[in-house]
Amino acid sequence: MAGATVFPMTRNDNNPGGGRNAVTVRGLVKHYGETKALDGVDLDVREGTVMGVLGPNGAGKTTLVRILSTLLAPDSGHATVAGYDVVRQPRQLRRVIGLTGQYASVDEKLPGWENLYMIGRLLDLSRKDARARADELLERFSLTDAARRPASTYSGGMRRRLDLAASMIGRPTVLFLDEPTTGLDPRTRNEVWDEVQAMVGDGVTVLLTTQYMEEAEQLASELTVVDRGKVIAGGGIEELKAKVGGRTLRVRPADPRELSPLAGMLDELGITGLASTTVDAETGSLLVPILSDEQLTAVVGAVTARGITIASITTELPSLDEVFLSLTGHRASAPQDTRPAESREEVAV
Amino acid sequence: MSAVTATAPTADVKGDARIPLRGHLRHTGALIRRNLLWIRQDPESMFDALLMPVVFTLLFVYVFGGSIGLALGGGQDRYVQYVIPGMIAMMSMTLSQGVGTGFSQDFNSGVMDRFRSLPIGRGSVLFAKIAVELARMLFATAVLMVVAVLVGFHITHWGGLLATVALSAAFASSIMWVFLTLGVVLKNAQSVQAMGFLVLFPLQFGSSIFAPTKSMPGWLQSFTDYNPLSTLADSARGLMVGGPVAHDLWVTLAWSAGITAVMAPVAIHKFRTKS
Ligand SMILES: Nc1ncnc2c1ncn2[C@@H]1O[C@H](COP(=O)(O)OP(=O)(O)O)[C@@H](O)[C@H]1O
Ligand SMILES: [Mg+2]
Repeated sequence: MAGATVFPMTRNDNNPGGGRNAVTVRGLVKHYGETKALDGVDLDVREGTVMGVLGPNGAGKTTLVRILSTLLAPDSGHATVAGYDVVRQPRQLRRVIGLTGQYASVDEKLPGWENLYMIGRLLDLSRKDARARADELLERFSLTDAARRPASTYSGGMRRRLDLAASMIGRPTVLFLDEPTTGLDPRTRNEVWDEVQAMVGDGVTVLLTTQYMEEAEQLASELTVVDRGKVIAGGGIEELKAKVGGRTLRVRPADPRELSPLAGMLDELGITGLASTTVDAETGSLLVPILSDEQLTAVVGAVTARGITIASITTELPSLDEVFLSLTGHRASAPQDTRPAESREEVAV
Repeated sequence: MSAVTATAPTADVKGDARIPLRGHLRHTGALIRRNLLWIRQDPESMFDALLMPVVFTLLFVYVFGGSIGLALGGGQDRYVQYVIPGMIAMMSMTLSQGVGTGFSQDFNSGVMDRFRSLPIGRGSVLFAKIAVELARMLFATAVLMVVAVLVGFHITHWGGLLATVALSAAFASSIMWVFLTLGVVLKNAQSVQAMGFLVLFPLQFGSSIFAPTKSMPGWLQSFTDYNPLSTLADSARGLMVGGPVAHDLWVTLAWSAGITAVMAPVAIHKFRTKS
């Protein structure tokens, strides 16, 4: 049957960098009135790799993912996923992708199992296979105990995992994850990271968007930094880190009252990277962006000289802010939730 | 668009764009199951289908029954025979709204994005909603008939009851395309309901559902005579109780076909192109 089928359009495998491209994006443009959500984006994701798309809120990440998963038509430019054109071959394309959108896209009124079974049937699995696949994925995402409960009773992390499971039903070759851990607490975030890593282990090509450098480093092998609808940097993670050059020093004094005097002192000394020192009140620590080992030594020296007891001192990756200042010279727009006001009120018909 | 492979890689086996009929049926079935599970999850959503026929029948029969019955040249009994077929017409219209509000809720939760990223025909999502809403309507009609018999309704032609149910289902499914379109276009379920109310109210009361139109002013009569709810109600009367039926039947069928022919493509188009 397969041999006899005539395909109106053939696959297009554009592979400029050697190795086949799972995703190819050329000159993609999408405007909303004055807002240039995407303003000529080029992107290549090689098969079997994980591409991180890093950018602040409003950078155009969701718009990109929605175009690549055929939910939105671009104004101009073109894109292929697994060789299929997003505009002209949406049906074929939908067969080979999995999508976990920024906002939960499971049916909250349905139990977890029913959500997965339904998607299995919509993906043309037989009843038996759909049942087996639902059981298998619930098991894998540690949701078996909650299988029969409506998804509305799930915690944020469980819902996210159900969403990930849902996008895996059809054994996609390309997976889109739009900010998979935004809004999750650190422990749940780690769980989701583990799941994503396991999926990657299965050989799936992943395009994931994030606002966190740390997440990109955890999951992606390559990074594309976007801002205001444009790609402003791209390459391997290590390459980009070297380019940015910065790190963040997290200093936690034993006595939280020392936080602001300490910040003031470091400001006076002028030891700082591109972004300025900030106080993280929640963890009672000071975040000091630094650019070099000399600065690290200087900070430690100054703190010691002051005679404050330090509970911990660690170096972390540069923050998104630091990355942006380094790459663009301007600050990433303040993170804010641009989600349109939710209108999910129940209506008695 | 430089290199074009001549041989179809394995992925292309799955790459046929067309969905066979069996596929459409399977998808629609899976989505019907989903909508039925919604009802099981939230049985209160059936209250309207259960209570509307009861409340309206009792209200109209016992509040207006005597006086309108008198005008009809009988009494309350006479009015029961008049208004019950009208109730079927009314419910087919009122319950149709549910597809619009339900659809609007789907859009405002992320689940519609999931459906739209799956390789299913857009029609399946719409047809499933219509099928479940028609089932709800059948349930409401059954409730209505029970109440009707309790208040003294006599069905003269049982076959006519079946024909009435079929006709009102046909009309309802045409109206559902209108509400589906509203569900896609309007921002939220409240707007759909408010808009629905604006449309339903004049159509229902400017019709022969609750009272004969003879006493209405001429300008209103020219509206009520072409109002599909009048012709549906009058067809139902003819079919179940007896009397002339052919003209009203054809007008109702013409309305149903016309509304479907115009609104189904509009709904599917709006659904397909909604971003
Ligand atoms: N439907 C829409 N209508 C108008 N503006 C939009 C719409 N969707 C997105 N935008 C705008 O496009 C820009 C990019 O949005 P988005 O792709 O959601 O960014 P991100 O996902 O990176 O936060 C933002 O300025 C956003 O306000
Ligand atoms: Mg987004």
